[in-house]
Amino acid sequence: MKLQRHGAIACLALTAVLGLSACGSDNNEPTGTSASGSAAAVDCGKGTLNAQGSSAQKNAMAEWIKAYQQKCAGTTINYEPTGSGAGIQAFIAGTADFAGSDSALKPEEQPQADAKCAGGQALNLPMVIGPVAVVYNVSGVDNLQLKPGTLAKIFAGTVTKWDDAAIKADNPDAKLPATAIQAVHRSDESGTTDNFTKYLAKTAEADWTFGNAKAWKAPGGVGAAKSDGVASKVKGTDGTISYVEWSYAENGGLKKAKVQNGAGEWAELTAESAGKTIAGAKFEGQGDDLKMSIDYNTKEAGAYPIVLATYEIVCSKGLAADKLPLVKGLLSHAASAEGQADLVELGYAPLPDSVRTKVEAAVKNLS
Amino acid sequence: MGETPHRSAHAGTGGTRVTSGHEWPAGASARVAETSGNPRTPIGNGLGGGGGLPKARAFGAERAFRGLTLAAGAAVLVIIAAIAVFLIAKAVPALRANTEDFWTFEGWFPNDNPPKFGIGALAFGTVLTALLALLVAVPVALGIALYLTHYAPRRIGTGLGFVIDLLAAVPSVVFGLWGRDYLVGPITDLSTWLNKYFSWIPIFGDGPYGSSILLGSLVLAIMVLPIITSLSREVFLQTPTANEEAALALGATRWEMLRTAVLPYGRPGIIAAVMLGLGRALGETIALALTLGSTYAISFNVLQSGGNTIAANIANRFAEANDTGRGALIASGLVLFAITLIVNITARAIIYRRREFTESAA
Repeated sequence: MKLQRHGAIACLALTAVLGLSACGSDNNEPTGTSASGSAAAVDCGKGTLNAQGSSAQKNAMAEWIKAYQQKCAGTTINYEPTGSGAGIQAFIAGTADFAGSDSALKPEEQPQADAKCAGGQALNLPMVIGPVAVVYNVSGVDNLQLKPGTLAKIFAGTVTKWDDAAIKADNPDAKLPATAIQAVHRSDESGTTDNFTKYLAKTAEADWTFGNAKAWKAPGGVGAAKSDGVASKVKGTDGTISYVEWSYAENGGLKKAKVQNGAGEWAELTAESAGKTIAGAKFEGQGDDLKMSIDYNTKEAGAYPIVLATYEIVCSKGLAADKLPLVKGLLSHAASAEGQADLVELGYAPLPDSVRTKVEAAVKNLS
Repeated sequence: MGETPHRSAHAGTGGTRVTSGHEWPAGASARVAETSGNPRTPIGNGLGGGGGLPKARAFGAERAFRGLTLAAGAAVLVIIAAIAVFLIAKAVPALRANTEDFWTFEGWFPNDNPPKFGIGALAFGTVLTALLALLVAVPVALGIALYLTHYAPRRIGTGLGFVIDLLAAVPSVVFGLWGRDYLVGPITDLSTWLNKYFSWIPIFGDGPYGSSILLGSLVLAIMVLPIITSLSREVFLQTPTANEEAALALGATRWEMLRTAVLPYGRPGIIAAVMLGLGRALGETIALALTLGSTYAISFNVLQSGGNTIAANIANRFAEANDTGRGALIASGLVLFAITLIVNITARAIIYRRREFTESAA
């Protein structure tokens, strides 16, 4: 009894110490690296910057803002994760200095946004790559691999048992149980759902007829609220499969399925494999506008195809004189190799160098 | 101590002044003297005896208070009317834009172009979860209340009552998370068992099990338990001791006494308690948003993952809703409001109809 209590106290103390040291290193690291890294390139303005938009890049932004504010005392940068649509609206209304968005500006939004940029245009700069993991929990199955068509059939509800012939064909060596499949989806609306269904719609047209949207369109399945709810549901229930942002899959210790890419390979989700899909994406914009079109059927060797590119929407010209150094400073840190490398721990994939250098150059051209 | 004699002396002088001035009967003079702090006592009412009421003044405290209560009463109506106008004004454009039937379409896609959404499955889920929750909670709650009031030793009774009330203070998100992360396991096992042996009852259909109406209803049942328990405990305590003792004196056992004296006497109170519980169950939001499987289908299979309610749907879909989406959610809120209203009116009607019976029983 007494021993147990001592044990508990020791445990508490240990976690406290660990927690403190973790915090400590967290605080020290950015300052340490920043001194040696891009200190010369950083523009330190003074004042306040207000940005808002995509909640998918919330954690990345928080990390960059923390690092930037440590370099440049006296700056305040607010990023409100209000959602992509709200961010773009705020940018057009002039209340946000730049906006984060899960998708590039739509053709009808582009002229409205351009009107805010005197003598310039609104640029779409890809900044944060968020891969989406296909996670599952099936007892006795460890290396699940799925073709897009099988994935679509599972989520559309046409494949209902784990030992279905379609899944067997993808996994000839696995011992698949006869349990019912619970395909879990987000019950709230989410960019992750939009991206995942877009992937299904592009790669498995025959089996996925529900198009893409932030709300889940297919009948049946099981809904769970927020990424956290999805991860918890998959972790706690045998026979489940779902899609979730990479960080939630890692934090929850969930098993991730390999997905077949356009080249016919079974691709595992890593920072590198997700980056390869982005490297293979086509740029649709003109000049510094780096609007991308991701090819979900990418033939790039080793590429993991289910990725989400989120953008910063910012004026190429016409920024207020006091805001310009702040925007440039923050975004050039974000686009630097160091800024991107910080993201891996947060569950994002860094931009591949081919894309990153383009973004970095575009940020440098802001005036 | 020093003031008292002074004041009485003052009152005495006042009293003599009034009586001497108006030649009132001696009997009245003493009474007037008691209230003589008010120098403006009405004059000229020569009837004597009662002394007469103070004349109503144009701007006295009486009027002001009356005005205040009237304003408070009116404010409630004004606020409710304003809310109703606001909700309807927001809901109507969304309902106009809806391209599917609002009552029968099973799905909720108001942000699409064209918007499609329907309330049927949500309203069904709302009523079903609430009724199932009551089905579980009411017998347990009445049992607890009867035990606390008539069986438990006094000390245990108060202690246990306190614990039950404490249950009401737990935030609903805690219940939701507990249901989502823990209770889902036992419920899955229970569902499997029920389906194995009772699948001939249509409500115990096939899986997948887990985030089902059953799970949501059980979490909800625990949440409404303290409300129903506390209220019915108070009601049972009100039973006249004479009734109970009369029943016992006639040779009734404890259970017969409860059945013949306590329960009939408390019936309107129990119904009121159940209705309050039902109100909470109908409006519960976050616990159900976390535990239900959020599908838009009308199904009586309470074991299968799925189900959704109006309030849970609002919680899930509000964040990313556009103008039409918000209007649609507000329209669903209006439907919930109507359901609650119907339930309350029904409850009132039941209590009213039963009143004569219970009064004669009491």
